[in-house]
Amino acid sequence: MTLIVNGERREIAAVNLAEALRALDYGDAIVATALNGDFVPARKREATSIQPGDRIEIVSPRQGG
Amino acid sequence: MDFYGFSPRSRLLLGTSQYPSPAVLASAVRASDCEIVTVSLRREAARLREGQDFWRLIRELGVRVLPNTAGCHSVKEAVTTAEMAREIFATPWIKLEVIGEADTLQPDVFGLVEAARILSADGFEVFPYTTEDLVVAERLLEAGCKVLMPWGAPIGSGKGLNNLFGLRAMRAHFPEVPLIVDAGIGLPSHAAAAMELGYDAVLLNTAVAKAGDPAAMARAMRQGVEAGRAAFLAGPMPARDMAAPSTPVLGKAHLS
Repeated sequence: MTLIVNGERREIAAVNLAEALRALDYGDAIVATALNGDFVPARKREATSIQPGDRIEIVSPRQGG
Repeated sequence: MDFYGFSPRSRLLLGTSQYPSPAVLASAVRASDCEIVTVSLRREAARLREGQDFWRLIRELGVRVLPNTAGCHSVKEAVTTAEMAREIFATPWIKLEVIGEADTLQPDVFGLVEAARILSADGFEVFPYTTEDLVVAERLLEAGCKVLMPWGAPIGSGKGLNNLFGLRAMRAHFPEVPLIVDAGIGLPSHAAAAMELGYDAVLLNTAVAKAGDPAAMARAMRQGVEAGRAAFLAGPMPARDMAAPSTPVLGKAHLS
């Protein structure tokens, strides 16, 4: 299905957020996720189903002021 | 000085952005002798994994992190960012920024208070980036904040303390609240001036990161903060408009 991942259109075969992260090759990277603007904790990724057109944000630690 | 139960030895907080390289960042953090650095969250590309390397570097430095919500212009964005930061950085601390104006990066104080209330109720320990407005400060304290971070000048401007009167009034009005001047510091003299007013600490980033020698500037900032704090504790003399001779007048020889 088509998802918007970090602002880019991606074709991914996945039914939940955890599967989507695996399909996107994030592996064991330390990331936090949001689905359609709402935070999804890591422990809830398996139970969070995704739909075509969903917006997924995947973020990690970065420099900040 | 108590930041939600943590009493740092150093009164300098340092940002981690805009350094020429990770190695320079590391040397600046060490030279500053700071114990708290600010960090952020940004989109991670699976193939690049920039964030993983950065996070490893920060952990090796052995400092506490204060994650920010930089760039957030709405309460929703700021709250969601804070929630993501708490999970990744495993800390309830959040430097709460809700930006209201693009040119000055001035806080949207209305959104700030609302976000602070939501986050405090959810167990966050909020460090709000605010202005020197006393009424906003009261609202932030009512919302659950136990630290306030008024700006010295717009972020990245290096202009120092734009409103000395306002900052002095804030210090006098909230003698027991930990106050950190955040943003606008360009020189060690600015940092010293903030500490001379009785502020508890100073948070800065660009002045060090964009210096010709960031580690040397980090050291200078540390010394500025220490000098300002020592001066505050020593009790500065009152300023006056007219001269007052320091050498005794009595006993001067009559030579005319």
